[in-house]
Amino acid sequence: MLSRVSRSYVRLLASLGLWSASATTWAEEVERWGVNMTQGVTPMSHNVYDLHMDIFWWCVGIGVVVFGVMFYTMIAHRKSKGAKAANFHESTSLEILWTVIPFVILIVMAIPATKSLIEIYDTSESEVDILVTGYQWKWKYEYVGEDVSFFSSLSTDPNEINNLVPKGANYLLEVDEHLVIPIKKKVRFLVTANDVIHAWWVPALAVKRDAIPGFINESWAYVEEPGIYRGQCAELCGKDHGFMPIVVEAVSEADYEVWLSEKKASAAKLKALTEKEFTFDELYSQGEQVYGKNCAACHQPDGKGISGTFPAIAGSAIATGVLGEHMRMVINGSSNNPMMAAFGPQLSEVDIASVITYQRNAFGNNMGDQVQPIDVLKFKQAK
Amino acid sequence: MAHGPAKGITRWLYTTNHKDIGSMYLWFSLAMFLIGGVFALVIRAELFEPGLQIVDPEFFNQMTTMHGLIMVFGAVMPAFVGLANWMIPLMIGAPDMALPRMNNWSFWILPFAFCMLLSTLFMDGGAPNFGWTFYAPLSTTYAPPSVTFFIFAVHIMGASSIMGAINIVVTILNMRAPGMTMMKMPLFVWTWLITAYLLIAVMPVLAGVVTMMLMDINFGTSFFDAAGGGDPVLFQHVFWFFGHPEVYIMILPAFGIVSAIIPTFARKPLFGYASMVYATSSIAFLSFIVWAHHMFTVGMPVAGELFFMYATMLIAVPTGVKVFNWVSTMFRGSLTFETPMLFSIAFVILFTIGGLSGLMLSIAPADFQYHDTYFVVAHFHYVLVPGAIFSIMAGVYYWLPKWCGNMYNETMGKVHFWLAFIGLNLTFFPMHFVGLAGMPRRIPDYSLQFADFNMIASCGAFLFGAAQLLFVYNVVATIRSKHKATTEVWENPEGLEWTVPSPAPYHTFTVAPPIK
Amino acid sequence: MSNTSEVQRSVTQQVTRLLGVVVAMFVFAIWVLPPLYDVFCDITGLNGKTGGQYQAVNVVVDTSRQVRVQFLATNNEGMPWQFAPEMASIKVHPGEEVEVRYLATNPTGLTMTAQAIPSLVPFKAAEYFHKTECFCFNQQSLNAGESAELPLRFIVDQDIPKQVNTITLSYTLFDVTADIALAQSN
Repeated sequence: MLSRVSRSYVRLLASLGLWSASATTWAEEVERWGVNMTQGVTPMSHNVYDLHMDIFWWCVGIGVVVFGVMFYTMIAHRKSKGAKAANFHESTSLEILWTVIPFVILIVMAIPATKSLIEIYDTSESEVDILVTGYQWKWKYEYVGEDVSFFSSLSTDPNEINNLVPKGANYLLEVDEHLVIPIKKKVRFLVTANDVIHAWWVPALAVKRDAIPGFINESWAYVEEPGIYRGQCAELCGKDHGFMPIVVEAVSEADYEVWLSEKKASAAKLKALTEKEFTFDELYSQGEQVYGKNCAACHQPDGKGISGTFPAIAGSAIATGVLGEHMRMVINGSSNNPMMAAFGPQLSEVDIASVITYQRNAFGNNMGDQVQPIDVLKFKQAK
Repeated sequence: MAHGPAKGITRWLYTTNHKDIGSMYLWFSLAMFLIGGVFALVIRAELFEPGLQIVDPEFFNQMTTMHGLIMVFGAVMPAFVGLANWMIPLMIGAPDMALPRMNNWSFWILPFAFCMLLSTLFMDGGAPNFGWTFYAPLSTTYAPPSVTFFIFAVHIMGASSIMGAINIVVTILNMRAPGMTMMKMPLFVWTWLITAYLLIAVMPVLAGVVTMMLMDINFGTSFFDAAGGGDPVLFQHVFWFFGHPEVYIMILPAFGIVSAIIPTFARKPLFGYASMVYATSSIAFLSFIVWAHHMFTVGMPVAGELFFMYATMLIAVPTGVKVFNWVSTMFRGSLTFETPMLFSIAFVILFTIGGLSGLMLSIAPADFQYHDTYFVVAHFHYVLVPGAIFSIMAGVYYWLPKWCGNMYNETMGKVHFWLAFIGLNLTFFPMHFVGLAGMPRRIPDYSLQFADFNMIASCGAFLFGAAQLLFVYNVVATIRSKHKATTEVWENPEGLEWTVPSPAPYHTFTVAPPIK
Repeated sequence: MSNTSEVQRSVTQQVTRLLGVVVAMFVFAIWVLPPLYDVFCDITGLNGKTGGQYQAVNVVVDTSRQVRVQFLATNNEGMPWQFAPEMASIKVHPGEEVEVRYLATNPTGLTMTAQAIPSLVPFKAAEYFHKTECFCFNQQSLNAGESAELPLRFIVDQDIPKQVNTITLSYTLFDVTADIALAQSN
C-alpha cells in the first residue's frame, strides 16, 4: 500500500513540476476556467493584471500565516486535549512589529500602483479620439474629426432572453454596430452620458470610466492584438443596465481606414433615403425591427406595456389618435416623463417613419395610415 | 421602589427600560433580516440561470435596492443598537441608559419608517430602484414617485440612529460605576462609544444629502444637475462621506462583541487591550478620509486618486493589528468551541478574507477592473455576513442565556452555525471569480460564462436562508426552554453582566457595583 | 434610582453639545460641502470645470509652441437643436486670445432656451484655460427656426505645462425652456 501511495505522490509531484515549469500556461489555464481577471491585450491591461496578481499573492501569504497560526492553535491548544491557558495578554514589541511589517508591505505595493496610475492618466498624444456617450440603454460612438457617428445597441434576440430559443455563444455581449479601432495606435476615449450616469468598461483594455451627463472623462488604450473585445455598462443606469454591452473590434490600420470610409459612405446613403418613398409593407417590416430594438424593452413585444409603469401601445390613445401627436411623442419624447426619451435625435428619419407606421398598424391598432421619412424630416423642421 | 414590568401591549409601547427596548430592537432587526433575506432570495432565484425567468428588470432593480436598504438600515444597525441597549448598562454597572424616554422614541419610529419604506413596493411606479447608494440623477430626475417616501424613511431612520448614538455616548461618559475608568471598560463598550461618535458625525450628512435630493426633485434646485450648474459627482462625494464611516459603524460593534467572546472561550484575557482601543480609534479617524475609494472611476485628478488610495491602504494596518490580537488571545489558551466561539472564530477568518479583498480593491489601477463588479459584491458580503451578521449571532448565543435565563441547545446551535457557514461560503466565494471574470453588479441577467458559479451561489443562498429559519427556531425554543442557565453561564467569563442573575432582573445595578 | 443632579447637569451639557455637532454636520453637508467642492474643482480642475469670465492681465504670447484645442458638442436628453462647433480643432499659441464659434439652430416650431455646460480634459489643463467671452455664461434663446453663431473667446495660459499639447473642450447643451417657465410662474 505504501508503494501505491508513494507512486501516486510521485505522479502528482511530476505533473505539478511540469505544470509549474511553464508559468504562462498555468496563468492561461486559470484564465480558461473563468476565475481570474483577463490579462487583456494592451500594455496597461497587462500592467493592471500584474498589480492584481501581486496584491493577490501578498493577501494569500498573509492569509496563510494568520490562518495557519489559528488552525494550529485550534488543534494544539484545545481544552479537551488538556491545554492549560497561559496568562500573557500584552506585548508592546509584538504590537510594534505587526504594525510596522504590514506598513512596509503596503509601501512595497503602493510604489508600482502609483506608477501604473500615473501612466493610465496620461492621455496625451493620442492618435484616434472617440467620443463615447452613454444613453439609456445603448452607446453612441463618434469619431472626433471624422464625421462618423452611430449608435450601438444590444443585438441579442429577446426570445433568447425570454428562454424561448437557445442562447447564442455571445449572449448579452453582442451589438449591432461594433466600435472599430486600429491596433498599434493610441486610441483615446472621451466618455460622457446623455441622461443618467453610465460607465464604459472593456476588461480586455482595462478601461473603465464613468459616463457623467454634462461632463467629459477620458481614458486611452493601445491595443496590440487584433480581435473582438467585449464589455458591459458598469454603473446602474435603470431598467436595462444589464443590456447595453460594448463590442470593440480592433483591426489593422489598413482595415480601419477602409471601414471608416465605408461608414462615411453609408451615412451619405442614409441621408438620401430620407427623400425616398417607401411602400407600406417596407415601412411595416422595418418598423417591426426598429420596435423590437428600441421600444419593446419597455412597451413589451406584444405592445401591452407594464401596468403602472410603461403604457401600452395596443389600443392606446396616442397610437390610435392624431398622427401628429404620435409623431410628437416619438420624436420629442414625453414632456412630463423623462422615461420616454426623444427618439428624434437617436433614430434616422427612415426608422422613425417605419416604427410609427408599425405601431399604428400592429397590435390590433389597424389605423391604416403610414408615415414617410420625409414627413418626419418636415415635422422636425416645422413641428 | 423597583417594581416589575407592566402587563400587556402598553408595557412595550411605553417602556423606558433598556432591556425591553434592547429586546424590541433585536426582534425588529430579526424581522428585517428575514425580509431583506427574502429579497435576496428573489435576486438569487432570478440569477440561478441566464435568461429572465422570474422577475422583470424593473422589479429586479427594486429588489436589489430594497435588499440593501433593509439589511443596512433595518437589520444590521438596529441589531447592534439592540445589543448596545441590553449590554452597555450591564457592562458599566449602570441602572439604565441616560435618556430612557428618548430611548423609547428612538426605537418606535423605526417600525413606522420601515413600514413606509416597504409599502413603496405596492405604490405606482414601484419601490426605489436606484440601488441603496441612490446616485443622482437616476435617483432624482429619473426616480419613481415613491422616492419621496424613501427620503422620508431615511430621515426618520437617521433621527433614530442619532438619538440612539447620543444616548449611548452620554450613558458611557456619565454613568459608569465608580472605579470603572475608561481603560477598564469592556471593549464592546469602547467600540460602541467610538461608533456612536461616528454616527453623530455622519448621519446628519446623510440627512443633508437626501434633503438636497428632495430639493432637486421638488424645489427646482440644481445641486446634482449639470444644467443648473450642479454636478452629479457632488452627490457621490457627499454620499460616500457618510457612506464610508457608515460601513465602519456596521463593523466596529462586531469587533467589540468578538473581543468579549474569544477571551471567554480561550480562558485567557484579551490580548493587547490598549492596542485594541487605539486601533479602533485609528480606524474611526481614518474612515473619514478614504471615502472616494468608492469612486475611483469617476474621473478624479490623479493627486486625489493617489491620496485616497494611500489612505485606504493605511486602514489595513490597524485592522490587521486587531486580527493579530484576537489570534494572540486564542494562542496558548485553553479552547472550547461552543456556538458563540464558532461564530467568533468564523468571524476572524472570514472577515479577514473580506478585509484582504478590500486591500486588493484599494489598489486604484486594479480597481478599474474590480469596480462595480461582483468582486466588490463578494468583498462587502464577506465583511457584512460572516462579519457583522455572524458577530450579532455570536452575541445572541452568548448573551441569550443571560437575557432569558435558559440555555440554548448546543447541538442545534452548532447545526445552525455549520449550515450558515457552508451556505454563505457557497454563496459569496464564487462571486470573487465571476467578478474577476467580468460580471458587473446589479444586473438581472448575465452572459453564459458566468452561469456555473451563479448557480452555485444561488444554491448557497437558499441553504443560508434555510439556516436562518433554524436560528429563529433556536431563539424561540431557548426562550421557552426548561433548561435553566446559571448566573455565570460560561466558565469564568469577565464582565459585570455575569454577576447578575440569569435572567437579568428587570432593574439591575440600582446600586452601583464595586469595581476592582 | 434616578441620576444625581450633578450627573443630570453633565448629561444635559453633553446632549446639548452633541446635538450641536449634529446640526453643524447637517449644515456642513448642505451649505459647506457644495461650495467647498466647487472651490476644489477650481483648484484641481476636477470634472473639467473651467470657471467664469476671465480678465486678462499681463498676457505674453508664447510663439515657441502651439497647443491644439479640440471642440466637441453633445446634446443632453432629447434636446433637438443642431449644435456643433464651427471647426473641429484649432492650434493656438499660449497667451494668444482666440475666437471660435459654435453653430446652433432651433429646428422646432417653438421658442426654446438652452444652457451650455462646458467640460474640459485633461483636468490639469482646466486652470490654464481662460474664457474671456463664452456663450455658456448665459442661457441662449432661439426662436422657431432661428440659427445663431455662438462666440467663444479664450486664452490658453502662457504658463500651461509643457506636457499638455492637446486640450479637449466639450459643451453639453441642456434644454432649460421648461425650467425657466416654471421659475417664472412661481
